[in-house]
Amino acid sequence: MKLRSLLPGAVLVLLFFSSALISYIWTPFDVTLIDIKSRFLAPDATHWLGTDHFGRDMLSMLMVGARTSIAVAFVAVGIGMLFGVPLGLAAAAHRGKFLDEAIMRGNDLVFAFPALLIAIMITAVYGPGALNAIIAIGIFNIPVFARLSRGAALSLWKRDFILAARAAGKGITRISFEHILPNITNLLIVQGTIQFSLGILAEAGLSFVGLGAQPPIPSWGRMLADSQTLIYTEPQLALFPGLAILLTVLGLNLLGDGLRDWLDPRLRRER
Amino acid sequence: MLHYLIKRTLILLATLIVASLVVFITIEVVPGDPASYMLGLNAQEDTVAALRAELGLDKSRVARYFSWVGGLVTGDFGTSYTYRTPVADMIRDRMWISLPLAVFALLLSTLIAFPAGVFAASRRGGITDTTVMGLTQLGVAIPNFWFAMLLVLLFAIKLTWFSAGGFAGWDAGFFAAMKSLTLPAIALALPQASILTRVMRSSLLDVMNEDFMRTARAKGLSRRQALWKHALRNAMVPVLTIIGLQFSFLLAGAIIIENVFFLPGLGRLIFQSIASRDLIVVESVVMLLVLAVVLVTFAVDLAYAWVDPRLRSSR
Repeated sequence: MKLRSLLPGAVLVLLFFSSALISYIWTPFDVTLIDIKSRFLAPDATHWLGTDHFGRDMLSMLMVGARTSIAVAFVAVGIGMLFGVPLGLAAAAHRGKFLDEAIMRGNDLVFAFPALLIAIMITAVYGPGALNAIIAIGIFNIPVFARLSRGAALSLWKRDFILAARAAGKGITRISFEHILPNITNLLIVQGTIQFSLGILAEAGLSFVGLGAQPPIPSWGRMLADSQTLIYTEPQLALFPGLAILLTVLGLNLLGDGLRDWLDPRLRRER
Repeated sequence: MLHYLIKRTLILLATLIVASLVVFITIEVVPGDPASYMLGLNAQEDTVAALRAELGLDKSRVARYFSWVGGLVTGDFGTSYTYRTPVADMIRDRMWISLPLAVFALLLSTLIAFPAGVFAASRRGGITDTTVMGLTQLGVAIPNFWFAMLLVLLFAIKLTWFSAGGFAGWDAGFFAAMKSLTLPAIALALPQASILTRVMRSSLLDVMNEDFMRTARAKGLSRRQALWKHALRNAMVPVLTIIGLQFSFLLAGAIIIENVFFLPGLGRLIFQSIASRDLIVVESVVMLLVLAVVLVTFAVDLAYAWVDPRLRSSR
């Protein structure tokens, strides 16, 4: 039944990814072009989604904004996986020993700082910017992937094929990477999709309060922040950036659900 | 239980110590020194020197760390550089907005999620279930600050039922104050309610497949009786955890929502302090929020062990 979510999810994700890619070669208008005469235009044949308070084309801004969102979320998930997965695998391989305990306590510690607080501390010290947003969201992703890979790896370590690998004389590091990792890839992909969508939300939130990407780089969160001051007179400005975030996150979540069911047929019958 | 309690308390203390070190060191690595950072590029040398002395920057880092932590423990958070008032007083004033907001949102989210989750689980696979699950997908995906703006657009600008922002103050009476927190609380609660609904539903469905539920039915209880008498209680463990986790998310999420509604809470305090480079305030507020999160997690762990004794022995 859940396979139904795979298709709409994939379509939405594809739509936003391709518009971000296309924006590198072409956008309907230049996003840095300020044209006060044509500000606050309603959607028409020239400006499909209208123009903002500087007369910039909303569609072009959204396309380039997609780039910012995707880039920040993508790198942040990458950081989370790059550090989190090896930590989780190491913890599982040394189950119950000091290393395991140390890694898991470290995880708890990071969890005690909500991502937003990490971001706030970093920006308080280094100033706002897309890179700091990436680091903040990335750090918060590390324990997510560490916990997930540890949990999944623990159950694998009890399986016969791992015992066979041990009997064949392979060390725990080799087993972790050659036998455990390939068997948890599906899980990682599914979680990666979910973290990606959370990353997009987090980036939007940080940019909204001015801690994310800085002008003139367009970002969905800042487009919303700009529209907030104009909400009494030009409420339509708030519509499209919000919808873009909503649809992208929705698409990623549907894709994640769909992938989970597709990659793990055992789950199809349940829930 | 005592052993578990001691172990958990030790972990709690260790977490707080490490967290305070992380916060302290992060603020310490400010390029240059905190005093010149706070005063900006054009500061007079003697002003910087005066602030350095006031912040105790002439002392060693270790001494400063211990005096900061000692201050936190005794409730002396230092003096805000920009406002020239004790940070503790500023935090206390603003806490009376952020904390009620988070509690209000948590209450709303629980009040929405419980019936919705039970409803969806008891009509699993039906049209109600599908509708509820579809709505939760939307609720999870919607950025709460955008939802907040939509609420303002509808309820404050179009219908004029609520004000678009600001806080009436507790002096204006309980209802007036709660009224100014209503839209922010709804905006905060919606995504959390969606998550909680899903957890509630799947946790109930898991429990309903258990053997003791079949026994309950076999003994003559109706589906509904079995659900209320046996399933709900057993499904509460994961739900409790999520509620606990959500509280910390709500406290942190309030930082952004307070900015949408111009509520003078901890969130706005943090941003104002960042803008004015008032590191003393940032340091203390961040540490306080971490403390809140850690304490809630601790309480959830204990509640968990109390509800499910099996958890006391393992780990």
